[in-house]
Amino acid sequence: MTGYTLRELMVVAAARQIEDGQVVFVGMRLPLLGFLLAKRTHAPQAIGLYENGIIREMPSAEMLYTMSDPPNIYRATSCADMLAVMGLLQQGRVDVGFIGGAEIDRFGNLNTTLVRADGRRAIRLPGSGGACDIASLAHRLIAIMAHEKRRFRERVSYITSPGYGEGGNWRSAVGLPRGGPSVVITDKAILEFDPVTKEAVLSSVHPGISVDDVLAHTGWPLRVSKDLDETPPPTEEELSIIRELDPRGFWTR
Amino acid sequence: MTLSEAIEQYVPDGASIVMGTAMEALIPFAAGHEIIRQRKRDLTLIGPISDILFDQLIGAGCVEKVIAAWVGNVSGGSAYNLRRAVEEGMPRPLEMEDHTNFTIALGLHAGALGVPYLPARTALGSDIQRRNDHLRSITCPYTGDRLIAVRAIEPDVAIVHVQRADEAGNCHLWGNLGVTIDAVRASRRVIVTAEEIVPADVILSDPNRTLIPGFLVTAVVEQPWGAHPSPVVGYYNRDNDYFHEYHRETKTPEQFHRWLQRWVLGVKDRNHYLERLGRDRREALRPRRRAPSAPAEFGY
Repeated sequence: MTGYTLRELMVVAAARQIEDGQVVFVGMRLPLLGFLLAKRTHAPQAIGLYENGIIREMPSAEMLYTMSDPPNIYRATSCADMLAVMGLLQQGRVDVGFIGGAEIDRFGNLNTTLVRADGRRAIRLPGSGGACDIASLAHRLIAIMAHEKRRFRERVSYITSPGYGEGGNWRSAVGLPRGGPSVVITDKAILEFDPVTKEAVLSSVHPGISVDDVLAHTGWPLRVSKDLDETPPPTEEELSIIRELDPRGFWTR
Repeated sequence: MTLSEAIEQYVPDGASIVMGTAMEALIPFAAGHEIIRQRKRDLTLIGPISDILFDQLIGAGCVEKVIAAWVGNVSGGSAYNLRRAVEEGMPRPLEMEDHTNFTIALGLHAGALGVPYLPARTALGSDIQRRNDHLRSITCPYTGDRLIAVRAIEPDVAIVHVQRADEAGNCHLWGNLGVTIDAVRASRRVIVTAEEIVPADVILSDPNRTLIPGFLVTAVVEQPWGAHPSPVVGYYNRDNDYFHEYHRETKTPEQFHRWLQRWVLGVKDRNHYLERLGRDRREALRPRRRAPSAPAEFGY
């Protein structure tokens, strides 16, 4: 089992953000795989919440296309309604939440609603779903997205899911109770946020990717951490679990 | 009452309708397609997400406004009719009132509770909040905290699909519930489509599972496979291929009209649709294992 895809590396990086026993707002696609991988490796006691009302401790036996698929209901811990899980999120009982995004900016604000590009017609995207709620209310937010210059913009054209706004203490100034983006996992790198200015900082590049490549695909002059790391590659165990969960490579190839 | 009669009588042009209340499951596609066939116009659609049902109604020209957190194709991402309507005004301009899942749930909960709004801490600082006049910011009279006041949502009609109901509309439903219970209570009328109509004794045997009491229900219709291609736990799984096909086959208005002719306008009712879907495809979606819950004892 030599070699791995960047998506597999992203799943592994997502899984490593989950600590054992934590309550996780799971999301779909790569974050879902990351949650299942964490459960099977270092975080067997992690608890998954889904905005449709499902709470799960036992990983589903089959890969899910959506959070409401019957395998996610079968032997769930609890099936309730949306307010039950959104209430837990608003109370501050969710440690980590995962979301994706079409656009992100230097303060971690995410856009999945309306993209405006210079001189072109605006593009309508599906919207928030639960992403804005997770970004507003989870203790830590992990964003997962493709690293492209058109997606990593100086300012997003629409804030669907608030990050650190204009930086500094913006979140508390607008009334958000906690949280904010902690890590952005891309197919090139991992970004974290300056504890004071709240600006994104390149903290780790994936094996085989250069810093220049990351900077060239970021739409603002991205700060580089003094302690820049290389993202640790997946272990054989992690890879074999991912390939067992996603045998046809639907999500990871 | 047939589904066609229920839609004809209780969904007038201009109505606001909440659908897709159990998120990606139990989406009332049969009812939605009947709305399209009856060429209802100027509707307002309400829901957290809707998967591809809202996109179909938008493309068919039935919709004036959408109040939702997410409109797309859960399998494919973007939905092309939504994009054409917002970006190009095709087939007609569409007003979007953007929400989050939580604010849709709270708006319906406020409606169900009979209060004008409910406070929340979500969406502060977002453009969703800034651009939606029904998510105004307020100051808490007790703590001084900044909050949003989510205005109550009171739809004209809720259309929900459930596993089973009796003739009086008392419903058993299970699996993830999304916003179903609040949507039913917040709405002026309720149309239920059920996989099965069962004797009242079956429903009475388990009152904790009777999440919709019949006296709130305006019409109940037996409609097996009424949620296809979305899943109904215990009855059928999600038809994932159908969602991918929809994504591939609706990229242009011409393609969408062919799709609509094949699956909606060119079939006379749900049975005809199921014939077109084919027995093999339906059988492949049936549960592969049985997993009944343990009975609960209600003896005294």
